[in-house]
Order: sequence, then structure tokens, then C-alpha cells
Amino acid sequence: MRSLLSTTAFKIIAAYLFIFVLFAGFVIGWLGFATQRQLTDQLTETITAEVRGLAEQYAIGGIRRLVDVVEERGNRPGASLYLVATFSGVPIAGNIGDLPSGTLGRPGWIETDYRRAGESATDRPHRAIAQVFGLPGNFRLLVGRDLEDRDRMRDIFGRGFRMSLLVALVLGLLGAYFVTRRVLKRVDAMTDMSRRIMDGDLTGRLPTGGSRDELDRLAGSVNDMLGRIEALMAGMKEVSDNIAHDLKTPLTRLRNKAEEALRGEASDEAYRTALTGIIEESDGLIRTFNALLMIARAEAGNQREGMGPVDLGEIARGVGELYEPVADEAGVTLTVAAGPMPVTGSRELLSQVIANLVDNAVKYGRVEGQAGEVTVTVAAEGTEAVLTVADRGPGIADADRGRVLDRFVRLETSRSRPGSGLGLSLAAAVARLHGGSIALGDNQPGLKVTLRLPRSADDPRAAIKT
Amino acid sequence: MRILIIEDDREAASYLTKAFREAGHVADHAADGEDGLAMALDGPYDVLIVDRMLPKKDGLSVIGELRAAGRETPVLILSALGQVDDRVKGLRAGGDDYLPKPYSFSELLARVEVLARRRSSAGAPETVYRVADLELDRLSHRVSRGGEDIILQPREFRLLEYLMKNAGQVVTRTMLLEHVWDYHFDPQTNVIDVHVSRLRSKIDKGFERPLIHTIRGAGYTVRP
Repeated sequence: MRSLLSTTAFKIIAAYLFIFVLFAGFVIGWLGFATQRQLTDQLTETITAEVRGLAEQYAIGGIRRLVDVVEERGNRPGASLYLVATFSGVPIAGNIGDLPSGTLGRPGWIETDYRRAGESATDRPHRAIAQVFGLPGNFRLLVGRDLEDRDRMRDIFGRGFRMSLLVALVLGLLGAYFVTRRVLKRVDAMTDMSRRIMDGDLTGRLPTGGSRDELDRLAGSVNDMLGRIEALMAGMKEVSDNIAHDLKTPLTRLRNKAEEALRGEASDEAYRTALTGIIEESDGLIRTFNALLMIARAEAGNQREGMGPVDLGEIARGVGELYEPVADEAGVTLTVAAGPMPVTGSRELLSQVIANLVDNAVKYGRVEGQAGEVTVTVAAEGTEAVLTVADRGPGIADADRGRVLDRFVRLETSRSRPGSGLGLSLAAAVARLHGGSIALGDNQPGLKVTLRLPRSADDPRAAIKT
Repeated sequence: MRILIIEDDREAASYLTKAFREAGHVADHAADGEDGLAMALDGPYDVLIVDRMLPKKDGLSVIGELRAAGRETPVLILSALGQVDDRVKGLRAGGDDYLPKPYSFSELLARVEVLARRRSSAGAPETVYRVADLELDRLSHRVSRGGEDIILQPREFRLLEYLMKNAGQVVTRTMLLEHVWDYHFDPQTNVIDVHVSRLRSKIDKGFERPLIHTIRGAGYTVRP
């Protein structure tokens, strides 16, 4: 219960309740006050009119006539209150039986208790508003109206005020209790789950209610974040597994080479050969390491700062120009069809990715004994810039296409040809960093790698700057 | 040539000083940023080799203060941080060249020698490079050897231009990739070799004396 009272939701509801009660009190109070005044005004007006009538009668027939009229009017149903009395307060005529002593001594407007004629002293007195006059001959005239209606109205308003206050309080507190408990339950569930996730269960997700309220939206974005973290962690684990598996082999080879040289004949020539081998081996390792670091950095997404407007077409043509002589030597025709295509990205990373793709295509995109053909195209497709590198080689079987994007995967199981198996996974990481994607497809025959990036919004600078 | 190596790893530093001495240069060593800056301001060095992560004062501040003191000594930054944005940061801070660790000494030597030479030949930039009977005119974009014009593709021209600008110095594949193509990554295939061999077939083919030489394990050089 205490935790319930200390929640933000409860405090907010209590504050609203307080404000609401204040407002309701003000409205009811104001209404009551205004009604009272209105009723009192009506009463005094009626009394004034009566007095005017009686004054006319008095003017015509003096005290005697006044007594007659008072007697007559006092007996009408719903009559006003009348009293004609002597100076000492002895009633002469009228429908008032008893007044507190001294009431008639003060001419003017009064509010007073009274009893009707015929009521005994034990009856509860009524309230009245009245005007008292002194008449010649030391007579007294009192004209008044009963205040019961007005007072009943005041009581109704007062009771209404207290009742509504009570109802508002009870309903408000109950509502606060249920709303808060509901929120608290969900927040507690979220807290429990995040504790579990912190304890290492990265597959856990915060519960959502499906109502798309603010808690759901919060849980949703936290879940997205967790998904990303989980993917990153999985990637890290995969990389460390792959490093353990794939880098140990060249490291062992490196060590073997050194050992072998020490064991063998101690000739300068043998040492030289061994050392050259060792340097080559370490260069390969460094290259693999650099590629891994680059993938890790691209996947961590912290290279965004180095991005700017670049022309994907220009980058593709540049890489094509770099690889053209290599393709030529390998007996491969390399064609680049790329117009200007502004995208936001890193020239360096995109160049490297395209270089990797072209490198792959030139190396593997050729059926033995035939002339190879590698085509690089850059085209716009809707909001995307699409770069394809297509060859006429043996291609990649459907089943293997997803797999080759993973780190260190090489379809050639003997691993005798050069390469680390990181080229395509780097391409995939860079594509993701740029908000794009990479896909492998069939070129019928051959392999077709498609890199999709979001096009720059029509920024004229993007088209000019290369 | 006199080189100052500011590097906190003693083993790496002693390896470097030894290697530079063997290559015929004088090499001094400072083990932290403060000593390094003091020595650089004090001594007549041709090239500084600065590690980025140093005790007392990091490499970039050393370079910054050196430049603020008006010294134009060429600086090569040697760092384990080797990504493109790291390089940009280093070069913006006043470095002249950037070599990520791990490096090969032949790469480092080639870069240091090119840096030092550029410093000594500072002044009016040459418009015509000559090596033996090979001539490259940077203004008219003409290349001739033995008085005969040689037609080069624009990229081949820039390749030869860079080689001839650093004639007599070893130029590595990475330096060519950086300066001629403006790429800072390592292409898996040795594409540079193919470009150089194409260039070579136009420059050296049919001539008795080759001018473009391959330096095994390092790179290329143009010399008579």
C-alpha cells in the first residue's frame, strides 16, 4: 500500500483530485450563495409590496382598518406574516403567536425566530425575515415572510456539497488505487524482466500490453534496443568463435615455420626463406585482423561521423578503373555502367566494399576455359541507389547464399585460394551501417551481388561533390 | 638524415633506432611526450616519428605544440589507431603522414625518406621531372623518353608523376594507393603491381636500361 501511495501515478491522481474538489466546492458554494441572495431579494420585495399595500389601507382607515386587513390577509393560505401589537408587545391582530422579546422595539429589517399563532411554546420556532414599523399611537406593525424555503435550499446545497465531496474523494481514491495498481503491476513486471535481462538472459523482452500506450511504446523501444544488443552480442560471440577457429590456423603455421627453421640446417638461405614465409604469413594475419576490426567498427555504427555526400557512381567507376588491368590479365571483361548517384556515406568504406565485390567477381566469376564477364551497374530504384556486381561464373547455390554473408565463410572447403572469407561480411556490415542491405542473386548464369543504399534526398551538392 | 622517434614502447623504439641506423640514418629516441617535444624543439631533426598514445603528453598535442612553435619538421604519425577517421584526425593535427601499426619497416623507411626529401626540395615546385632520358612535363601532361613521346592514360600519368617526383626513393604500394588513387584500404589483390607493370611496359619496353625498378619486399623506385 505504501509503495502504491508513493507512485508517480498516484501522486498525479491525488493532485488532480485536490484540484477537482476545490473547483467543485467553488462552483457549489457560488451557486448556493447566489441562490440564497436571489431568494432573499424576492422575499424582501414581497414584503415591501405588502407594506406598501398596508400603508395605503392605514392611510384610508387608520389603525382599525389596518387590523381588519391584517386579520383578513393573515388567514389566506400561504400568507405572509403579519403582526399588529401595542408598544409593550401585546398582539392585537396577525398570524404570529410569539416573538422573542424586544423584537418589535427596533424598527427596520430583521431576521428573527417566531412561532405561529396557535403554536405552543414547546414547538420549534421558525425563521422569518421581516420589517418592523412604529405606528402613531405607539402601535407596532411587523410584516415578514417565512425563511423556511430559503433555508431548506441552503441546506440542500450544503448537503450536496458535502455529498459530492465525499463521492469525489471515494471515487477518486478508488480510481487512483486501481489505475496506480495497474501501472505499478506493469512497471513491476518490467523491472523484474530487466533484472533478469541484466542477469544475463539476453533473450528476455519487456512485456507489452498491446494497447500502444506510452508504457507500451517505451517497452517497445527498449525491446528494439535489446534486440540490437542481442544481435551485437551474438555477432561478438560469433567473431570470437571464428577468430579462435580461423586465426589459430595461420598462427600455428607461423609458429611451425619458425620452429622448422630452427630445427633444420643452420644456413642463411634456409633462415631467409623461413623468415620471408613468416612475414608473408603475418601480413595475411594483419589483413584479416584489419578486416575484422573494420567489420566490428562498421557494425558498432560509430563511423557515421565520417560520412558525407558521396557519388556512388563515381566510386564505382573509380574501383572499376583500379581493377580494370587486373581483370584484363585474368581474361575478364570488366564493364562499369554508372551515372551520378548521390548517397550519404563514407567514400572509403564504399570503395572498399565495391573493391571486394569486384575482386571476388574477377577471381571467381569465370568458368574455366571461358572468357569472363563482370558487369558493375549503378541505378536508381525508387528511393534506393542500387549497385550490382554480376559475373558469369559458377554462381552460388541458393542454400549457400545466406551463409556466405557470415564471417569467415568460404565455400571452397580446402581454403587453398587466397582470401579470408571476410569480404562479403564486411560488405554486409557496411551496407547496414549505411542503412542499406546486400543480397546475393542468380545472374543466370553467374552470381549477382546487389547492394542497396538509401538515395540522398535531392541535395544538389550531393550530385556535384564527388 | 636525423630522425627523432617518440615512442613509449622500449622494444619497438630500440628496434626502430637500430633499423634506421642500419639504413644509414641517425636516430634518437624519446620515451614520452614531454621529452619528445623538448628534443624536437631543441634538435635539428629532418623527420619526427610520433606515436599517438604517449605518456605525459599524447602524440597529437606534441605535434600541435610543435606546429604552434613554428616548426615545420615533417611528422609521421605511427599509431595503432588506423581507421580512416583516425588518420584524418592525425593529419588535421599537423601530421604529414600516418602509418597504422602493425607496419613493416620497409614501408616506414620509404615514407620517412619521401617525407625528408620533400622537405629538402621544398621551394618552387618543379614543372618538369627528369630521370635519365625520361621526361615528364606536369604542365603540358607530356611524357617522352629519348625524345619520343609516350602516350599515357591519365591514371598512368599520375602514377609516373608520383614515382618521378620521388625519384631515387622507394615508393610502396600503399603509398601509391594513397597518393595516386586516394584509397586508404588494402585491396586483396595486388592491383598496384598490375598498374605498375602496365606503366613499365610503356616506359621501359624497347629500352636497354629499365628505369622503373621493383624493390623486393618494399615497393618501386624510379632511378637511372
